[in-house]
Amino acid sequence: MIAIIDYGVGNLRSVEKAFEAVGAQARVTSDAGAIREAEKLVLPGVGAFGECARQLRASGLDALVMEAAEQNRPVLGLCVGLQLMFDEGHEFGIHPGLGLMRGRVVRFPEDGPRVPQIGWNQIENLRPHPLLEGLPEGTYFYFVHSYYIEAEDEQDVLALTDYRIRYPSICARRSVCGVQFHPEKSQDAGLRLLANFAAIR
Amino acid sequence: MLAKRIIPCLDVDRGRVVKGIRFLDLIDAGDPVEQARRYDSEGADELVFLDITASSDSRDIVRDMVRRVADTVFIPFTVGGGIRTAEDMREIIASGADKVSINTAAIKNPELITEGAKALGSQAVVVAIDARKVTGNREQVTGGEDIGSGAKSNSLPFSLSPVPCHLSPATWEVYTHGGRRPAGLDVIEWARRAEEMGAGEILLTSMDSDGTRDGYDLELTRAVSEAVSIPVIASGGAGKLDHLYEGLSEGKASAVLAASIFHFGEFTIQEAKNYLRARGLPMR
Repeated sequence: MIAIIDYGVGNLRSVEKAFEAVGAQARVTSDAGAIREAEKLVLPGVGAFGECARQLRASGLDALVMEAAEQNRPVLGLCVGLQLMFDEGHEFGIHPGLGLMRGRVVRFPEDGPRVPQIGWNQIENLRPHPLLEGLPEGTYFYFVHSYYIEAEDEQDVLALTDYRIRYPSICARRSVCGVQFHPEKSQDAGLRLLANFAAIR
Repeated sequence: MLAKRIIPCLDVDRGRVVKGIRFLDLIDAGDPVEQARRYDSEGADELVFLDITASSDSRDIVRDMVRRVADTVFIPFTVGGGIRTAEDMREIIASGADKVSINTAAIKNPELITEGAKALGSQAVVVAIDARKVTGNREQVTGGEDIGSGAKSNSLPFSLSPVPCHLSPATWEVYTHGGRRPAGLDVIEWARRAEEMGAGEILLTSMDSDGTRDGYDLELTRAVSEAVSIPVIASGGAGKLDHLYEGLSEGKASAVLAASIFHFGEFTIQEAKNYLRARGLPMR
């Protein structure tokens, strides 16, 4: 069972349905017992980093994500969920993240292209990973964000995306991984990625 | 590279598609789920559902439709029409839509944009603007003063235009009620204000071009695109593939909303994408 962590942020129905569409069992839950027992976790997130971090801590479910990471259980971060896995977010002040990967989350520069970035953009694969099985270089995914990750350890970066700046769009470290885009809204490619996550042993 | 988007628009009345592509092989062409699935397979980048239901029980019907679409189609979609409060917005998003589009309600109460953005994130709030060009000899409304015969005076016997038109840049006015009622707002100013208030995108429709199939109002599209830094979706007037190209290049739009260009079956979405790609635009 995959537990999609519900800490009061965003609409998680599509994530659950997308897993269902690829034959994986996933359930939206805020129940600590269910999250502890789950084989894998999905950490979603939408909106501002600080607000997501605050709500995740307030729910007390941040400890369960850390626990899963320590036990080497797979965790998949989606959008702000991936950003939360880094050290800190610079969105309306500086907010601490979970620190599962080294780096910061900063705003796209003012003199660059339109912010937020909304729409379909491609990935540039840097290193192989089970999450990227069958998803070649140039695959399009649906992105919506104004902030991007500056990763300190390039070993954590599986793929980059180009929005004037080339930034990490898929990251992984040990059993935790995450994507900056929305796989549940990225049609066949997104479903494939979720199926890959569901298949990780 | 970020791709330009093609977004088909479907008009929905009481949960049934009343204006969409006439896919001949659909068993039930009025079913939003079947339509959405078909658009998805044709390569649509997003979908917009415009609810035109007049009755008060539309909310439950729309929520049910949104839920069914979200459960079967894994591309982003926006729902617009009849959304008046932050609670309406929250309900639509909670049912599975990715964005809501607000128009008249935002003009009446711009705070609604901020409320929605705070609760759902800016990316979920699309502000739709219906624009009409202000022409040099536009009739000046006198404020409804009755001149005795029962008829209202709509124009003065002399021109009030203070600046010769060829010296001033074009301006556009915001309209509501399907382009019938002027809102007394300048389009560029309103677009900037909407961005400041927290809108994530602008859906810009030229009421002058809408239905003409003569192309988008490129001057308008470009002016708004240059005035804001959030993405602008061009709408109104596309009749051939070249119009889509113009809107995305000259008009500087991030996306084009397309309705009738596909409805008559002249072009498929895939043909449109191939055409735009061949002309050098990044398409998925």
